[in-house]
Amino acid sequence: MMGRSLSRRTWTLVGVMVPLLALFAYVALRSGPLAPVSVTTTTVESRPLSPALFGIGTVEARHTYKIGPTIAARVKQLYVDVGDQVESGQLLGEMEPVDLDDRIRAQDAAVKRAAAALQEAESRQAYAKAEAHRYEQLLTKKLASDEMVAGKRQELKISDAALEAAREDLARSRHDHQALVAQRDNLRLVAPVAGLVVAREADPGTTMIAGQAVVQLIDPASLWINSRFDQISASGLAAELPAKVTLRSRAGQAMSAQVLRMEPLADSVTEETLAKVTFDQLPEPLPPLGELAEVTVQLPALPAAPVIPNAAVRRVRGELGVWQLAGDELRFTPVRLGASDLDGLVQVRSGLAPGDRVVVYSEKALKNTSRIHVVERLPGAPS
Amino acid sequence: MISLAGRDILQSWGKFVFTGVGLGLLIGVTLTMAGVYRGMVDDARVLLDNSAADLWVVQKDTLGPYAESSSVYDDLWRGIVAMPGVARAANVTYLTMQVRQGDRDVRAMVTGIVGGTANSPGWPPQLVAGRQITRGHYEAVADVAAGFQLGDHIQIRRNRFTVVGLTRRMVSSSGDPMIFIPLKDAQEAQFLKDNDAILAQRRRSSENPAFNRPGVPGLLEAVLDSQTSNNYVNAILVQLKPGYLAQEVAAPIARWKRLEVYDRVAMEQILVGKLIATSSRQIGMFLVILAVVSAAIVAFIIYTLTMDKIREIAVLKLIGTRNRTIAGMILQQALALGLIGFVVGKIAATFAAPVFPKYVLLIPFDSIAGFFAVMLICVLASIVAIRMALKVDPAEAIGG
Repeated sequence: MMGRSLSRRTWTLVGVMVPLLALFAYVALRSGPLAPVSVTTTTVESRPLSPALFGIGTVEARHTYKIGPTIAARVKQLYVDVGDQVESGQLLGEMEPVDLDDRIRAQDAAVKRAAAALQEAESRQAYAKAEAHRYEQLLTKKLASDEMVAGKRQELKISDAALEAAREDLARSRHDHQALVAQRDNLRLVAPVAGLVVAREADPGTTMIAGQAVVQLIDPASLWINSRFDQISASGLAAELPAKVTLRSRAGQAMSAQVLRMEPLADSVTEETLAKVTFDQLPEPLPPLGELAEVTVQLPALPAAPVIPNAAVRRVRGELGVWQLAGDELRFTPVRLGASDLDGLVQVRSGLAPGDRVVVYSEKALKNTSRIHVVERLPGAPS
Repeated sequence: MISLAGRDILQSWGKFVFTGVGLGLLIGVTLTMAGVYRGMVDDARVLLDNSAADLWVVQKDTLGPYAESSSVYDDLWRGIVAMPGVARAANVTYLTMQVRQGDRDVRAMVTGIVGGTANSPGWPPQLVAGRQITRGHYEAVADVAAGFQLGDHIQIRRNRFTVVGLTRRMVSSSGDPMIFIPLKDAQEAQFLKDNDAILAQRRRSSENPAFNRPGVPGLLEAVLDSQTSNNYVNAILVQLKPGYLAQEVAAPIARWKRLEVYDRVAMEQILVGKLIATSSRQIGMFLVILAVVSAAIVAFIIYTLTMDKIREIAVLKLIGTRNRTIAGMILQQALALGLIGFVVGKIAATFAAPVFPKYVLLIPFDSIAGFFAVMLICVLASIVAIRMALKVDPAEAIGG
């Protein structure tokens, strides 16, 4: 009786203690540093890779025309506003001529005065010529002295010179007049090409100094993306490569484009290579200049080669490599990597062959002596 | 031979086991507290491990980049990579900030890493899902602790990033998850002001007659451009060529480049000794108090258990049981209680650890030390109880 009760108690105690100890053993071995590291693996595949480059840029116009006065002047009138489409030769605005019109009128009078002076000189010369001719004849008849004839000849020469001076004076006045008219014309702001007004920097009444722009024009058909690629990943960038452009305001809408040229000058401060990318077809409506755009340049596809995901690449003691799984044995294999694409696949030049198994994800850093536990996907991580 | 202690335990095993379990929960809390302390130190260490650097080059006279802010020009790395013994050098930025995703935001340490060659210094050494960053802009690798999924769009300042990879245990020294983004975006996030501030700055500059002179067109634009440009990073991570000592590479950099250089040991000292010093001492203090309280409670429990049996002990003495046998019984019971307590405590601590918001690291040394401490406390506590039991008068058995 007593013995049975005791043995039942013993069994109950054992029933409590054994699971407890089993749980303890599980806890001691499956957590902490003694626990195996969960990893996922993949097989090295031989497949073609289509690498691409990714850069960002801003929408810019190929040509920007800054139209302004060539002398300091005040804006008198502007006939266009931002967004207007203008024709080549169209009058955009005028600068205040101040006293220029009066000076043109004065110069006009000066021209007339010079013309009158020319007439006077002409008649003086005609008279002097006639006089000289008469005295020459009188000299042949010995009716006039040599001295008198010489005087008349000199008078003719003087009036010839005066006539020449009056002619040149008229020409000078005329050209002065023309110069003033040209200056007056120069105050008219005229569109050099057909284009779109993108900026109106001043309003009537503003004084501009020489060279300052009053109106800016662009040619809307010449929009391109001034794009920048990190030098470290810009190898293979070349003209005529196809590209996809995504404007910041139109995310998810990739527009086809083409690399127009790679700039011969790189940005040495930001360590970026610059390239100009043109749209195959201009987006409608036109994107604003200066809008940010993402540019993905598609490089020519590479022939099939062993590829691995870039998440498999580790650096151990300064050496790039992967953790290779040969049977159950884990070992670090140094590799040389080649081209990579934007989806995270990278070519292996040497070190691995197709069919090799390598570790992709691991919960923590692996060592040669690590115990591993291969799983489909790591706990907590989405598939 | 019949085990007196075993018999006694079997007699009232339920009470004994439950007392053990209660004690175990207390020991579990103590072990967890030790784990919290270890986790704190480990957070600081993994930050250094994950940066994969041998040397940290930071602004002169600062303890950057983790403990103090530091900024160096982003083209300095070119000079450093040319120094003898340097295998690789990479710019890095660190900024702890709120990262938004939809309506919620997460406190995270945003780390700017240079693109290009795989696993440059600063890159996450291993992932648990997704891939490493391949584009030079607008991609992010986030720690699972941040709660983001692959393909999520997150907002850092004015830019939207796509989460392409996930890591585990990539945290800052204060336990915030790390988010890795390309360096140029990180520089922008760190130094670029918000749009309102930029607008206000532009207005302020344009109203300043020194910057906006009527006779100098273009000056204002040049000034405004220079205000928004940013060419600083927080630190340069350096990896050494094999065969070079950290000190012999660090000294010329510090001397000729006029920068501060820390090696792994110095950096760990800064992080563990300075950055988390007070908070870890706080936890350490609490751990000591908890250990003392646990010891006191163990002593009380064993003392009370013995006192409950004082009558039976008196009977034992009356029938001539030797003192050694009685002392052995009490000692064995105390040790058994301690053993159950430790097992339950270890299990409780292991299962509770992942639930904590910050990392709790249970290391085997702590468990082994804890085991011996528990046993020692039990022995010490039983000595008091044994003294009481031996002093009991056998007459009490019949006297009542």
